[in-house]
Amino acid sequence: MPKLREVCHHIRSKVAGPFWVTVDLFFDGEEKYKKYRDCKELSAELFSRLYGVDQALVKRIPVDSLHVLKISFPRAHPQGGMVERDMHSGQQYVQLLDIELK
Amino acid sequence: MTLKGSVKVLVPCGSLGAGVRESEIEYGLAKGANVIATDAGSTDSGAAYLALGKSKNNRGAVKRDLGILLGAHAKSGIPIIVGTAGQAGGDINVNWTRDIVLEVARELGISPKIVLLYSEQEKKALKTLNQQGKVRPLPPLGPLEDSVIDSCEHIVGLMGVEPFVAALQAGADIIIGGRATDTAVLASYPIWKGAPWGASWHAGKIAECGAQCCLNPADGAGVLLTIDGSGFEVEPLSTTNRCTPHSVSKHMLYENSDPHHLHEPGGILDVTSAVYAQISERTVRVEGAKWVTQPYTMKLEGAAAGNYQTLMLIGIQDPDVLNNVNAFHDRLLEALYERTRKSIPAQELGEFHISLRLYGWNAVSGDVPVNVPPPREIGVLFVATARTQELANAIAHACNPYFFHYPMEMYKELPSYGFAFSPADVPRGQVFEFKLNHVAVVDDPLSMVRTVWLDKDGKALAA
Repeated sequence: MPKLREVCHHIRSKVAGPFWVTVDLFFDGEEKYKKYRDCKELSAELFSRLYGVDQALVKRIPVDSLHVLKISFPRAHPQGGMVERDMHSGQQYVQLLDIELK
Repeated sequence: MTLKGSVKVLVPCGSLGAGVRESEIEYGLAKGANVIATDAGSTDSGAAYLALGKSKNNRGAVKRDLGILLGAHAKSGIPIIVGTAGQAGGDINVNWTRDIVLEVARELGISPKIVLLYSEQEKKALKTLNQQGKVRPLPPLGPLEDSVIDSCEHIVGLMGVEPFVAALQAGADIIIGGRATDTAVLASYPIWKGAPWGASWHAGKIAECGAQCCLNPADGAGVLLTIDGSGFEVEPLSTTNRCTPHSVSKHMLYENSDPHHLHEPGGILDVTSAVYAQISERTVRVEGAKWVTQPYTMKLEGAAAGNYQTLMLIGIQDPDVLNNVNAFHDRLLEALYERTRKSIPAQELGEFHISLRLYGWNAVSGDVPVNVPPPREIGVLFVATARTQELANAIAHACNPYFFHYPMEMYKELPSYGFAFSPADVPRGQVFEFKLNHVAVVDDPLSMVRTVWLDKDGKALAA
């Protein structure tokens, strides 16, 4: 079973405004993109669980022209609060690297 | 009017103060740039800049960049547009930028027509709008409460193209805009000249971060846009860099939650059908963007100043701690709360909070590592939050001896952990947060904007 990091040449996360996080999964070529784009291991449920957010608010947007799957979700806590661990949400992608895909 | 031919927008950098290159400006002017447009801020780095009316970039850096841009205006006569001035685009931030522009203009011996576009909002007026049901929440927030409006230090509305277009129409040389969408700042000149709205907005979106849409984002600062009747072209201002269809289209992903539909004041930019083509070695042509008009709304941003924080930082290599980091954290935290409550009377203390961030363990993730080998060392960042800076400092002082010596093994001699500083406590100021994620429905795009023209001495002209 490959890990997500093995089928993507680049994975990143960043804030999209103070209230949202956006993750980009850059798949290694069209074949891998088509194979994993709709897989349930990368469903809204995963992001809801990993990041502590309401599943209904997780947005999954495939970008076929770039072989990118974009997933956006609200930050569990707004940016810059009393306990801020990652101001720009730039480290949040790391939790995704070893997700196992079937 | 409809555009005949094309217009060229010189985007000198991703953010004013980041470092405009003279060579790139020369290149753009030689290519026939009609306007220079740059964004000067962002919410990315947090709410402090709006709450305090401060810029992230230092004055020297912004002045240097404005010096080059005003020099370009002096040479070519083309207008300069700056949006989200002073990082946050509130009134104080706009005025700070105005003062630098006036200084530079004096030093260059020029008297350009300067106009200021203020988009900071008055609380009372917002409450009225809210009562009228004209303020809508965007997820994940809910309906806006008056108390939230009151809690903000400053609130701004994000301008679209209309105030900039009106200023250009009235003959402005230098436009210093308050908070606006990055895209609007760049799209306004082409739209004023009659270019298609889809192509203009899309061009603005691609170029808003300057050279980030190029193959090598670290090579150079800016790009040149050419917008015509059926699309636009983008090329780097650095002659050694290139744009490719991939580098350009990829930029739509950047910091956007949806790469195909971008909500802007007055409409939606739909780039689902956009096509990107390499038309020369360094230049990409883009066609197919659509502008879908919507009822006019302006997004609101409000920054609140909260409680105060004081920090202490130690490093630990003690094996007793490293072999049981989770337990160390829990026991130390409990001891610090107890110590604080014993040292400072509850009435004086008020609501307070202590956080221990263990770098090298779980400071970034915030989870509880299980079955993880001991790290080589950890950094423990202590953060006390309280109603005043003095209280946060007092909590740190009370906690200091425990933070310094807390043992894992009670029968051993007390350890001494590695402080980085003396005095150990570092007052770090207030917590700032954005409190609004709402849009205001407006009938007239200019109704929430104040336009102020300056005379040749830099004084505001009567309205």
